Amino acid sequence: MKKFFACFLALVLGLMILGAVPAKAAEKVTLNVYNWGQYISDGSDGYIDVIAEFEKVYPNIHVNYMTFDSNETMYTKLQSGGSTYDIIIPSDYMIDTLISEDMLEPLDFSNIPNYKYVDEAYKNMAYDPENKYSVPYTWGCVGVIYNSKYVNEEDVGSWDLMWNKNYAGKILMFDNPRDAFAIAERLLGYSLNTEDPEEMAAATEKLKEQKNLVQSYVMDQIFDKLEREEAWIGAYYAGDYLLMVEENEDLRFFFPEEGFNLFVDAICIPKGCQHKEEAETFINFLCDPEICGQNLEYLGYSTPLSEAKNYMDPEITESDIAYPSEDILANGEAFAALSVEGNQRMNSLWLSVKTDDNVLGKYLILTGAAIVVVIGLWLFFKIRKTRSIKRRGMFYKK
Amino acid sequence: MKRKWLTAPYIVWMLLFTIIPLCIVIYFAFTDSITGEFTFSNITGMWDYAPIFLRSIWLSVIATIICLIIGYPVAYTIAQCEPRTQQMLQMLIMLPMCMSFLLRTLAWVALLEDTGIINNLVTALGLTPLPLIRNSGAVILGMVYNYLPYMILPLYTSISKINPRLIEAAEDLGCNKSKVFGKVTLPLSMPGIASGITMVFVPAVSTFYISQKLGSPGTILVGDIIESQFKGAYNPNLGAAMSLILMILIFICIGISNHFTNSDSEEEVMMP
Repeated sequence: MKKFFACFLALVLGLMILGAVPAKAAEKVTLNVYNWGQYISDGSDGYIDVIAEFEKVYPNIHVNYMTFDSNETMYTKLQSGGSTYDIIIPSDYMIDTLISEDMLEPLDFSNIPNYKYVDEAYKNMAYDPENKYSVPYTWGCVGVIYNSKYVNEEDVGSWDLMWNKNYAGKILMFDNPRDAFAIAERLLGYSLNTEDPEEMAAATEKLKEQKNLVQSYVMDQIFDKLEREEAWIGAYYAGDYLLMVEENEDLRFFFPEEGFNLFVDAICIPKGCQHKEEAETFINFLCDPEICGQNLEYLGYSTPLSEAKNYMDPEITESDIAYPSEDILANGEAFAALSVEGNQRMNSLWLSVKTDDNVLGKYLILTGAAIVVVIGLWLFFKIRKTRSIKRRGMFYKK
Repeated sequence: MKRKWLTAPYIVWMLLFTIIPLCIVIYFAFTDSITGEFTFSNITGMWDYAPIFLRSIWLSVIATIICLIIGYPVAYTIAQCEPRTQQMLQMLIMLPMCMSFLLRTLAWVALLEDTGIINNLVTALGLTPLPLIRNSGAVILGMVYNYLPYMILPLYTSISKINPRLIEAAEDLGCNKSKVFGKVTLPLSMPGIASGITMVFVPAVSTFYISQKLGSPGTILVGDIIESQFKGAYNPNLGAAMSLILMILIFICIGISNHFTNSDSEEEVMMP
């Protein structure tokens, strides 16, 4: 026993030393970047490969790039700890939450000289009023993407389209509570930051009503589903529409008349960051107008750096989907962080939407029947067994 | 007895990665998500999810029964073959398991979708597309496809272990083929059936990927909700309570199936 433990300990120690040595020997700094999926130009289709470019300019920094599919996933990952990130790119309301929970590191703007290129309109935003924690990455709007081959133009224009029974089973809905509730709330004429329990309950009913028509609740799978025409209607970000339409030219986009979410995604450094200076270097690199222009040309999202437009295809900068007119933008509403209780209520209401079911009766009857059958079988076998034991007894007596 | 220390690594492993996590799950299931106080509300709130639990159990029971119906004849046939052929066939059964589970499920999506391979053929023939995906049937299909090898392999092992002399004896004593099967082969393969049922039912009832890809918003399973509670909603307490209840339900279901499949095997068969 002792010998075994000695061997075991020696093995563990050996492994630890082996693990520690190369980490010290390497001078390369690894930067953990945690961003939305499909949210950086990765060198496909002849566009710039931002990360490769960065590593070329700063050869002693290695970027370890990871993705999330919703703000809530990212938040849960940060909350539960276990992994450290140096850079995250969440949306406005999530930044607000992260600041109030003291989960972000204040930025040292002397390391981010390119911050001067950021338009005044995107500084001191409501989510970060003193502009201490974030640098805007992109902004954009949520709207409806539909396939003009299948969807009647007369039905288009309102969020109603997502509740239209003619397109049952062909509708895609956001798979996160915040964006999904925003749609129902705007359709009902409420603010998308409402915390009024009655308004939230009404929105919940609206979403439950929609559930039977929804093909699936998705995030980035929407790309594939709309491009291949597996689904015809979906609510998503305008910038992603510009990517999709390159794959399927029948896709169209509109800003719903009831109003929509206007968002800013910004770059932040979370608490627990290991290499703050290198992280700020990375932020500065992303804010370089030339890099930013080429990056966002691929992304399709709108840039908060006017300077960057000089490096973009004029077709995009003149597009009224990427850069809608003031009139349309006036209809947009930004998310504000909900209170802790509001968030909890929204999460549990969202769960009630997803688990909403009226099949309980059917399943109870089925289960009751199954229990009767099981008991019947049990009795049957028991009787048979006692009989056979009896018979066996007679056999031996003979 | 001398070699008892050989089990030490396993005991340490069990303690670290099974017993302690289980205690953590129980702890989470009985505490409040915000205040961290002791509470029963997570467990009592489970009634709201009764339809989801029942659906998960029903779909996996059906999938398990289908697996058994398909798997038994296959295992029986393989056990009757020449040893060399047996090896080959066993390999073939295991072959799909070498591929990623996620990939296999995605392949079914590509087959069954409205714009998938099958429906493209159907529309090319001038027919209307079939509703193949996003229903309970598709979820059951996914379960059967993914877990069938786990049914066949234990069945095959237990059938091929049956002493051929017992079968010969039964034949000598005047049993016809179906009687030999009913009185000898089937009772002796009961342990295989029991472990096959467990191996299929347990992963099927807690699956979430299959229902997400092949099911609709209306065929959500317990696994989906547990996943969402840990991944997005950040309410691990509710998720833990659900997995605890699910675990208890699984034990009950396995208990029922074991009750029927437990027999005193060989002894019973040899009795008149």
